[in-house]
Amino acid sequence: MLYREAGQFKSTYAADAAILPIRQDRIGLALILVVAFVVIPLTATPYLFSAILIPCLILALAALGLNILTGYAGQLSLGTAAFMAVGAFASYNFLLRIPGIPLLLAFAGGGVMAAAVGILFGLPSLRIRGFYLAVATLAAQFFILWFLTKVGWVTNYNSSGVITARGMVIAGYAFDSPQEKYLLVLTIVTLLALAAKNMTRGNIGRQWMAIRDMDVAAEVIGIRPVRAKLLAFAVSSFYCGVAGALYAYAYLGTVEPEAYNLDLSFRILFMIIIGGIGTILGAFLGSAFIVVMPIVLTIVVHFLDDTLHLSVASSVASNVELMVFGGLIIFFLIVEPHGLARIWQITKEKLRLWPFPH
Amino acid sequence: MISFFFEVLIGGLLSGVMYSLVALGFVLIYKASGVFNFAQGSLVFFAALTFVGLTEHGLSFGVALVATLAVMIVLGLLIERLVLRPLVNQPQISLFMATIGLSFFIEGLAQLLWGANVRGLELGIQDEPIKWLSDVAGINVSKFDLVAAGIAAVLVAGLGLFFSRTRIGRALRAVADDHQAALAVGIPLQQIWGIVWAVAGFVALVAGMLWGARNGVQFALTFVALKALPVLILGGFESIPGAIVGGLIIGATEKLAEVFLGPYVGGGIEGWFPYVLALLFLLVRPEGLFGEKIIRRI
Repeated sequence: MLYREAGQFKSTYAADAAILPIRQDRIGLALILVVAFVVIPLTATPYLFSAILIPCLILALAALGLNILTGYAGQLSLGTAAFMAVGAFASYNFLLRIPGIPLLLAFAGGGVMAAAVGILFGLPSLRIRGFYLAVATLAAQFFILWFLTKVGWVTNYNSSGVITARGMVIAGYAFDSPQEKYLLVLTIVTLLALAAKNMTRGNIGRQWMAIRDMDVAAEVIGIRPVRAKLLAFAVSSFYCGVAGALYAYAYLGTVEPEAYNLDLSFRILFMIIIGGIGTILGAFLGSAFIVVMPIVLTIVVHFLDDTLHLSVASSVASNVELMVFGGLIIFFLIVEPHGLARIWQITKEKLRLWPFPH
Repeated sequence: MISFFFEVLIGGLLSGVMYSLVALGFVLIYKASGVFNFAQGSLVFFAALTFVGLTEHGLSFGVALVATLAVMIVLGLLIERLVLRPLVNQPQISLFMATIGLSFFIEGLAQLLWGANVRGLELGIQDEPIKWLSDVAGINVSKFDLVAAGIAAVLVAGLGLFFSRTRIGRALRAVADDHQAALAVGIPLQQIWGIVWAVAGFVALVAGMLWGARNGVQFALTFVALKALPVLILGGFESIPGAIVGGLIIGATEKLAEVFLGPYVGGGIEGWFPYVLALLFLLVRPEGLFGEKIIRRI
């Protein structure tokens, strides 16, 4: 009864092409945005900001990037973290070497650099596909991290390899507290997510999906695969690059190659698989799941430890967490291969008919 | 200079054989079920750790070996039954993700059962240069590497015979060729997949023993899988000879590059050089050396 679009008529083409054609969706999204922009900043604790909300949003942005490449354009990549690293280090160098450059411009510059590197490593996708391509993207992962570690100019000849990120200052206003950082990250992520949504439902997105579903047919109807694939790599890497810069400046507080290892690439891949491949919503759901789950697991293990007096050794606890993490991923893949976004779809279908079963 | 070159080359070739051993496990599973099994490295780790753990509990070498083999076969069958079978017909990427999840699970399980300490594994083969070879030719070749290469050769020959001469082997190849056609002529698909996973567990055991004896049994063994990936794309995912030849090429060029090229760029290029090499190679032959020819336009 609550979620029913009957009676909502559209009288203009613009209304028909709206992102959210159903009124309830618009209200729901507005509520979410109000909560995210107003309620949470007023109520949440600093721990919640810096341990959960900020990494959630940043990794969701990276997952969005990977989703554009893997979910929409169908090119599997295992080098996401490396593109994030490019973004972070490029931003660092822009801020370091160009005095007075605005922070946001430096972040965007980091994204553009990552896009350029992404195009370079996307070139093999014109010849190879599937797992061959996935393994080829590992070349990006290993080569870029090696490059960032070995070439002193990139890290400004920092001896430790761990660079402290400068504070984020925009137009004289310093974003220092977790709350302010959260709002900055949230704004950037919201805008980029909106852009991604529009891109994927427009001409470019349809080209990507056509390439993904059947490239020969896509070519026949006049889509240029070279352009579409490289564009997917560029856009995806841009998102990853911006996410990487935010990861360094708003979350870690340091710029270091080791933060962007293969493990992070895998975690982001998990996010889009568990969230739902080829959906914008899925990137956010998956990111929330992957960030929150280890924390919940730790809390549960501690809770059991305290109540049952098992006195579990910390190594045992961490191994059990690893097993549960792996097990849950397999479980999710078996139970709902289309991810959390699909569960939300099913819920909406049910809500539409509620209280009737059919 | 020349003898040093050959020493590096031979050392590289022999370590390449070790990569091939791990790559073999990948190829077996990919061939039969189209699953890119990322957990192979974890299986290697699990096998080595189980073997060492059992010997620490006082079992003799032979008993521990048989027991570990049994454990690995059961583990392989369980993976097939609990993870892969419910995921039949899912896109390849889902299966791949499932095996990554599986690798987390196995790593956690292995360390939960046996602890995370670094241990040594003694096979009774000395890791020292063969004396007469260094006397005659001035080249140092480790005895251990040679034995490992020999074991790998026996393993490959055995698998080759198994695939070409036995009933099960032929059924395996039929399944690899076309699942549905294999089902139609009455080959029990799930049984075959179970066997493949059991064999992959066995290969992981062999690789785990050799790698464990070489580098010590530790968590880093799981990264062996990452070494095997360029071997795979170079040789082709579906080809056993490809895994061997790819391993040799990767092993040799990696060592040569590290020794002769590394000093100019700051060293540590072993980590990515094989990948870039394989990548460049793929640009020429997109299906690897021996992979099945992909007949489609990209």
